Amino acid sequence: MVDKTQDKIIELVNINRTFEDGVVAVDNFNFYVRRGEFVTFLGPSGCGKTTTLRMIAGFDKPTSGQILLNGKDISNLPPNQRPINTVFQRYALFPHLNVYENIAFGLKLKKYKVTYQDEKGKQFTKIEKLSKKEISAKVEKVLKMVDLEGFEKRGVATLSGGQQQRVAIARALVNEPEILLLDEPLGALDLKMRKDMQLELKEMHKKLGITFIYVTHDQEEALTMSDTILVMKDGIIQQIGTPTDIYNEPKNSFVANFIGESNIFSGTMVGEKKARFIGSTFDCVDDFPKNEKVDIVVRPEDVVLLDEDKGQVKGKIISSIFKGVHYEMVMKVGKTEVVIQSTVERKVGESVSINIAPDNIHVMAKEFSSNKYDGYITKKNTVCFGDGEFECDVTKLYPGSILDEEGYLITAEGEKIDLTDVDVDVEVGLKDIEISDDADLGGAIGNIVSIIYKGDHYQLIVRTDENEEDFVLDTEDTWNENDRVSVIIPKEKIKISLKQEIKR
Amino acid sequence: MRNEKVIDRSAYKKPVKANRLFTFSRKQLCIPYGLFLVMFVVIPLLLIVYFAFTGEDGSFTFSNFIRFFSDTTKLSTLFISVLVALAVTVICLIVAYPVALILSKMKGNVAMIFLLLFITPMWINFVLRAMAMKELLSLLSLPLGNMANLIGLTYDFLPFMIMPLYSTLIKMDRSLEEAAHDLGAGKVKVFTKVTLPLSVPGIISGAMMVFLPVMSCYVVTDTFSGSTGFTVIGKLIAWSFLGEGGTLADIHGGATISLVMLIIMFVTMIATGGFKNENNARGTNL
Repeated sequence: MVDKTQDKIIELVNINRTFEDGVVAVDNFNFYVRRGEFVTFLGPSGCGKTTTLRMIAGFDKPTSGQILLNGKDISNLPPNQRPINTVFQRYALFPHLNVYENIAFGLKLKKYKVTYQDEKGKQFTKIEKLSKKEISAKVEKVLKMVDLEGFEKRGVATLSGGQQQRVAIARALVNEPEILLLDEPLGALDLKMRKDMQLELKEMHKKLGITFIYVTHDQEEALTMSDTILVMKDGIIQQIGTPTDIYNEPKNSFVANFIGESNIFSGTMVGEKKARFIGSTFDCVDDFPKNEKVDIVVRPEDVVLLDEDKGQVKGKIISSIFKGVHYEMVMKVGKTEVVIQSTVERKVGESVSINIAPDNIHVMAKEFSSNKYDGYITKKNTVCFGDGEFECDVTKLYPGSILDEEGYLITAEGEKIDLTDVDVDVEVGLKDIEISDDADLGGAIGNIVSIIYKGDHYQLIVRTDENEEDFVLDTEDTWNENDRVSVIIPKEKIKISLKQEIKR
Repeated sequence: MRNEKVIDRSAYKKPVKANRLFTFSRKQLCIPYGLFLVMFVVIPLLLIVYFAFTGEDGSFTFSNFIRFFSDTTKLSTLFISVLVALAVTVICLIVAYPVALILSKMKGNVAMIFLLLFITPMWINFVLRAMAMKELLSLLSLPLGNMANLIGLTYDFLPFMIMPLYSTLIKMDRSLEEAAHDLGAGKVKVFTKVTLPLSVPGIISGAMMVFLPVMSCYVVTDTFSGSTGFTVIGKLIAWSFLGEGGTLADIHGGATISLVMLIIMFVTMIATGGFKNENNARGTNL
């Protein structure tokens, strides 16, 4: 087996980059790239991927941390002294030079140390430049590789986008860099051209054996081309892995959502390798502690669509779109929507059922910070959620608003709004929920299904009977499992926000 | 069986135009400018050509040109004018380029403030500026003469060089410099191989905005020449028309010098590519 530590070509150690305005672009990056690997930085715009690339190229310096190239710190070397070349987002071809001169630009600047021996056997070194012949041979070779023979004398402005792209790649590759950096190089090309170039780049990578570091926000591009993908968000690495790893075993709901389409359900572990979501208990392959709240990812193509009585979960098709190879349908189960891809079409309104195979259910730990519910406002200006009814302060929905005697909301602008049946998002903090033995005190009633000791407090889950809604709460009191309790939430601790603007 | 449907063609008739005496269209907006152009450019130009090629009696002749090109004082004035204009242009370029480069790399409000500092002189009257500089020079006890002339002209025309250079440099794609740096060029090479060649359009327009006006701008040289009596060709034209400076009013001679100047400027413009459309980086956007 290859010793992986020996094999690292570039390594980022505790890299931080904070911009002058205080924005943290890159937050403590630690990763390495193996020699000859095709690595992709993937993430939405503003995730820090381009900043990281610019630091590797040398255009930007890390605020702290080290960039090691073959084990040596290069973080303070200027770009011209790094054996790294870049293909820029908008190609950055020199408009005053033709194709040949553009590609030869780097070669003409290159200096070599050549060691000679004179008659007395004394060695001396001379710094030499490449001869015109050598340069022209190298340019010809690289032009052949990118399929642009005969374009030497053309001005770069006369080339098409795809051809400019090839010149940019050739200009970087001709210097035989140890690492080639590509900053969204295919972003400006049309779809067909992009697909072709993806395969060509992959082919080039295989042939040359140079390490490629590629930046993109296109997940499909990343999956197609890379050996390793680094998913980033807000300057933090979310996951590093092979395309299959990242697709099949996303570490969190962000990665799952960003890489391909996916259903993300909120669920609970109810037994050993058993997860409960969309109102049914499924066998799965991931093991988490019993009663832990989890996120469940199921890819739309992994949902098996069956006739009404044959599957585990029943539902109704509410939309169906033809996507070429397959139909994309949405099935509604209770309040939850399940996206399904299938080659067989089911009509809208049809009652169907689904099955999901255990190894297609991916369970992820849920970062739990607050309870979130879908709720609605009642006629009495209380809010219904989690199988219960709670008093709340509806004037929070509109800043500066007040309630009149009849229960209508008067906004700061003097408008009168009827809030009855308005849908709202409800958020309640873990520490804001109290429970009581007295069933009449609280807004909802349920059983304690889980008690986890968290060092200095207990985390309890109270589950209601009707819709199995969960209230997660932190408490210092001791309770027993299966205690029947009522849930009390103080009026001011219920955060409500409108799902959509009310039509007036 | 054919379906012989009668089509009422009257329905397709063009709507009748409103019967107005005068319909206004966008083209007519150029009438004022056209009139202006004819009155103050075309007719004077034709007059210059007419007077340059006619004698006192109104007959066609080349004698005016022969007179001009055999007059050594006039020729040497022309020669020195070109020389001075060249020198001022080069000095302006050397002073303005670093300024424009630094300004173009500055960020935000600081850049705006510095830019204003450098171009506000453009908004102050020419003569006023020259007079102020003259006082400054005498304060530094620098004598009037050729040196003072160069300093004064450079001072007066510097903003006209900075602006086109700045607007070319600010528009330049920064990633081109990064690309050169990435391909192995050090800071000096990045400048000589990329920044400088790409700013040539700015250099050309700046040079033309300095070189051509300097040749005819005698107000400034009058201020700074002192007892040396040095003047530029522009002064000769004025003298010829007005009959000052010990010469008799000679419309034909003045027209001839004007025409020669015109041809020189025209040739310079063509030589530097000043008529090409892509060199539109004039400092007119501020």
